[in-house]
Amino acid sequence: MTPVISVQNLGKKYILSHQSPERYTALRDVIANGAKRTLKKFRHPFAAPENDEAHEEFWALKDINFDIQQGDRVGIIGRNGAGKSTLLKILSRITEPTVGQISIKGRVASLLEVGTGFHPELSGRENIYLNGAILGMRKAEIIRKFDEIVDFAEVEKFLDTPVKRYSSGMYVRLAFAVAAHLDPEILIVDEVLAVGDAQFQKKCLGKMEEVSQEGRTILFVSHNMAAVTKLCERGMYLSSGMLSSTGEAENVVKTYLQDSARKADIQLSERKDRQGSGLAKFSSVNILDSTQRTTESVMCGQDITIRIKLSSQTKGLTIKNPIIAIGIDDSKGLRVWHLSNESTGQYFSGIDVSNECLDFRIPKLPLVSGTYTMVLFLASNNTIIDWIQDAASFNVEQGDFYGTGKLPPPGQGCFLADYSVRMIAGHA
Amino acid sequence: MTHQHTLLIKAGQTERHYWKDLWRYRELFFFLAWRDILVRYKQTAIGIAWALLRPFLTMVVFTLVFSKLAKLPSDGVPYPILVFAALLPWQFFSNAFTEAGNSLISNANMISKVYFPRLVIPASAVIVSFVDFLLSGIILVGLMLWYGFYPNWRILTLPLFIFIAFAAAMGSGLWIAALNVKYRDFRYIIPFVVQLGLYVSPVGFSSAIVPQQWRLLYSLNPMVGVIDGFRWAILGGNTQLYWDGFILSSSLILLLLITGIFYFRKTERRFADLI
Repeated sequence: MTPVISVQNLGKKYILSHQSPERYTALRDVIANGAKRTLKKFRHPFAAPENDEAHEEFWALKDINFDIQQGDRVGIIGRNGAGKSTLLKILSRITEPTVGQISIKGRVASLLEVGTGFHPELSGRENIYLNGAILGMRKAEIIRKFDEIVDFAEVEKFLDTPVKRYSSGMYVRLAFAVAAHLDPEILIVDEVLAVGDAQFQKKCLGKMEEVSQEGRTILFVSHNMAAVTKLCERGMYLSSGMLSSTGEAENVVKTYLQDSARKADIQLSERKDRQGSGLAKFSSVNILDSTQRTTESVMCGQDITIRIKLSSQTKGLTIKNPIIAIGIDDSKGLRVWHLSNESTGQYFSGIDVSNECLDFRIPKLPLVSGTYTMVLFLASNNTIIDWIQDAASFNVEQGDFYGTGKLPPPGQGCFLADYSVRMIAGHA
Repeated sequence: MTHQHTLLIKAGQTERHYWKDLWRYRELFFFLAWRDILVRYKQTAIGIAWALLRPFLTMVVFTLVFSKLAKLPSDGVPYPILVFAALLPWQFFSNAFTEAGNSLISNANMISKVYFPRLVIPASAVIVSFVDFLLSGIILVGLMLWYGFYPNWRILTLPLFIFIAFAAAMGSGLWIAALNVKYRDFRYIIPFVVQLGLYVSPVGFSSAIVPQQWRLLYSLNPMVGVIDGFRWAILGGNTQLYWDGFILSSSLILLLLITGIFYFRKTERRFADLI
């Protein structure tokens, strides 16, 4: 069988401009630069043309090759900025590749965002037609599926209300409902399930499963590893624009999680996407279990330590009055916990960067199972020294938090805490 | 699934199915126009009356300034009708030019999230202006009834001139829309062109007052041909069409349209990266 999607040597290059924060060009700059260059040519007619040092090439995707068979459900995972969205944008023809080619058989519908083209002033009814047309549906098709869409979105009562008066839940439901009734042969979905309430998310996943059972192909990008493993049988792991692993979804997810855990230790000092004065840098963050050994995954209820090391170009540097904070985000990007020595009131007069590290001790880890990422923050006397988003990620496995031999039910609640139940007699 | 067509995306190669796609998305084109009209009339208090009030007031002011104060000739035609016959295509052009020029930027979100032939967006902006044009046509009919001024057979040629006005609006609109994505400076150029264009086009006066030796040069402004054509068709009677100038203007419009489509097609593949 020939694949429905076949990608060969795909690459996408962006030119990063360091001069202006905006992506577009100002005509004034073009004219000014052109004039400058011409003038230079007059003065040094034999000089080799120099490269514009303000521009830097950046390959968002490079050497991507893969085939997807009909009916495959493929989960695409990777860190932020790994090129997932760029890949989807190229597959959905929003942007063109710099090199390589793709052949796609069948009608593609892509859902990179829910409610694209929704107009707040228009009513739900009007927006269904508009959004349907934007997603490539015919008018007759929209009319035919109209009732089904309204039913799925559960907005019958508000059909003639402008969507600006909708709650965000209703808005998302309506938007997804339109998209879900597209009937494409290939469906491309980006992270849209991250919105909406749990019940609706379940409904969306159900709809996608239904779609794939009809022999259609689904490409699904998500940070939610649970959703990826549940919905997809195949996985693709993108890392810095390259395809780093493909295969069975569960294995790919595992590779990804191990990879991100391992990367944390090696790459932190090399990372460039950081803010702050740079006087000192976070060089590593490790999670230690109760035996003080570095670990990649921990269990709920375990005693753990987060160990943070710093480094600096300046020898023998001591940072006065350091404030070190860790933000812990769940797989949906929700900040679930914030830890800092400021919150606990443990102030230090100084930290010797080359000699000392900082341990955050967490007895009985209260996080439920899932993947978490850490944001690291270092400041001293109101100056931010180093600040890294997504500094590291770690996996929390289900564990016997309450020490009863029973695991807390998965998917119920987002934190764990000690409590007790007591029966009181003679109260009723 | 037997009806599948294979789509080939290759670096540096434009879509082969482009025109077919454009046809497939023809409904989107009307939906977008419909959205813009709907939204406009939902948001403004006087709604649809706005499309009538604006050209009407402009006509009144122009008649006062050019006829009563400047005492310009009108070839025996009531001056308000002379002005309005030109104001119709001019307002259509200037609205379409402005709307189309900004259309890609204001729909940036759609461009970066969904695929469809981008040509749909400026084209539907031109359509919206065309609806306004048809509405303000009512005023012209009203004026003609009021003055008892009736057109002759030449009115039947009006669709041709409307078509030329359409081409002018579309051609320049495509150019400016595509340039505006890359160089945002053009958003300042648009109102300037529109303002200046009103004075260098024969809207408030008849182009017959331009000295004969300058008329060909004057026709380098494409709107001169369009406006003269409208007057010739609507006013009938003594109005003469300066054919050399008209042909020059029309050829320029054709050139504008062809290069506009060409430039738009060439740049549209990168819109999503730039916008």
